[in-house]
Amino acid sequence: MTATLPDLHMSPRLLAPAGTPADLPTHEQRHGPLSHGDPEAVLRAVAESGLTGRGGAAFPTYRKLVAVAEAGRRTGRAPVVVANGAEGEPASRKDRTLLHRSPHLVLDGVQVAAHAVGAREAYVAVEDGATWLESALAQRTDPLPVKVVRLSKSFLSGQASALARFVSGGAALPTHQRPPVRERGVHRAPTLVQNVETLAHLALIARHGADWYRTAGTPAQPGSALCTLHVPGHEPRVVEAPYGLPLARLLPLQGTAAVLVGGYHGTWIPAREAAQLTVDSSYLGAGVLAALPVGRCGLAETARVLRYLALQSAGQCGPCLNGLPRIATAFRTLATPGPQGAVRHDLARWSGLVEGRGACHHPDGTVRLVRSALTTFAAEADAHAHGLCTATDHTPLLPVPEES
Amino acid sequence: MSTDRHIDIDWTACQGHGLCAELLPEQITLDEWGYPLADGTPVPPGAVGRARRAAADCPVLALEVTAAKAR
Repeated sequence: MTATLPDLHMSPRLLAPAGTPADLPTHEQRHGPLSHGDPEAVLRAVAESGLTGRGGAAFPTYRKLVAVAEAGRRTGRAPVVVANGAEGEPASRKDRTLLHRSPHLVLDGVQVAAHAVGAREAYVAVEDGATWLESALAQRTDPLPVKVVRLSKSFLSGQASALARFVSGGAALPTHQRPPVRERGVHRAPTLVQNVETLAHLALIARHGADWYRTAGTPAQPGSALCTLHVPGHEPRVVEAPYGLPLARLLPLQGTAAVLVGGYHGTWIPAREAAQLTVDSSYLGAGVLAALPVGRCGLAETARVLRYLALQSAGQCGPCLNGLPRIATAFRTLATPGPQGAVRHDLARWSGLVEGRGACHHPDGTVRLVRSALTTFAAEADAHAHGLCTATDHTPLLPVPEES
Repeated sequence: MSTDRHIDIDWTACQGHGLCAELLPEQITLDEWGYPLADGTPVPPGAVGRARRAAADCPVLALEVTAAKAR
């Protein structure tokens, strides 16, 4: 399921080599001891490293750490750290792969982050592999104990406010984020919600420093990111790629019609454009890259994903509750060869109506996928309007849970 | 320093009663499902009083007049 590409010109930093999980002695032998240092020095190293969040938003980690630490000082409440391993995105495998292969790197990162922001409580939230993590925790003697939180499967359970609410004992549903989670999250304390991959990078920056971190990637986007690659005919695989690497080095673009970049809240890009792109945090999302081969229908694939996304709406916010099912149904019409009526006009209008009008970014991400599909597969939509589908293979491709 | 006032909607609370659109027709209209559409611009100083009333009158208190721009 995982692999290191021989031509990436970087040795993997995060995933233990040889595909075997690293227990604590192996981990310590490989990475050396973790020194917590003083919080200021850690924050300085994170600032200089340019590390950004790997949960999808690519927010600068330094700014988040400082905001949480400051909120803690201002409110007099010790912050809480939540390591986000929810990975609700059905096409992503990278967080569970990381947690399975290098659990101690993530757990080191939790300790570093907690020390840097002055946290007194820490959690790791996962859908799968909770028992595995608990056994990894039992091997360790950490200054701050860490609790493992089990999430049920849902696209939105890893959304920061949903996670904070769930860890506080509520439902895993997004909340109105004012003040934001970094100021008032778990049990109303300032809360650092950080993706598990980000924490693993943090653990390495604490050991080796910012200069080492910046030896991979580009000056503008230093470092590397875990990517889940979907190539038809192969199991999805997780690789670590430096920012700036051409996408063509990760995916075979010959025979590919389009690439879905960034997952189900991401963007369809025609293969000829993808050939010009590099691994870039502005569109990489949580690292999902899926190749749609020539001969498959991108509209049909998008319609399947949109139905799933509409069903995953928490149903709390009027525009999302009303708009997403309509968008999904309209897209199903577009994906079916035959008369389309005003369906493209409806999709554009409803997309505008749901965008920016919710407690979380679920409508925004869904609209991003819709708009990129309408652009990338415009010619196919025209063919469908004339009753034709150019696809020769109608086997479903992208992983969509509980579809039947 | 700006003292602009903005309308912030708690979308998880809003049930589309629509009173806000009646009290603040220049700032809020309703979409085709009955939910408020605010244009995102600051509330004009002369309308801040009515905006506060709209916030207080919302049956589910989903509206807030804030000094900070919503996300």
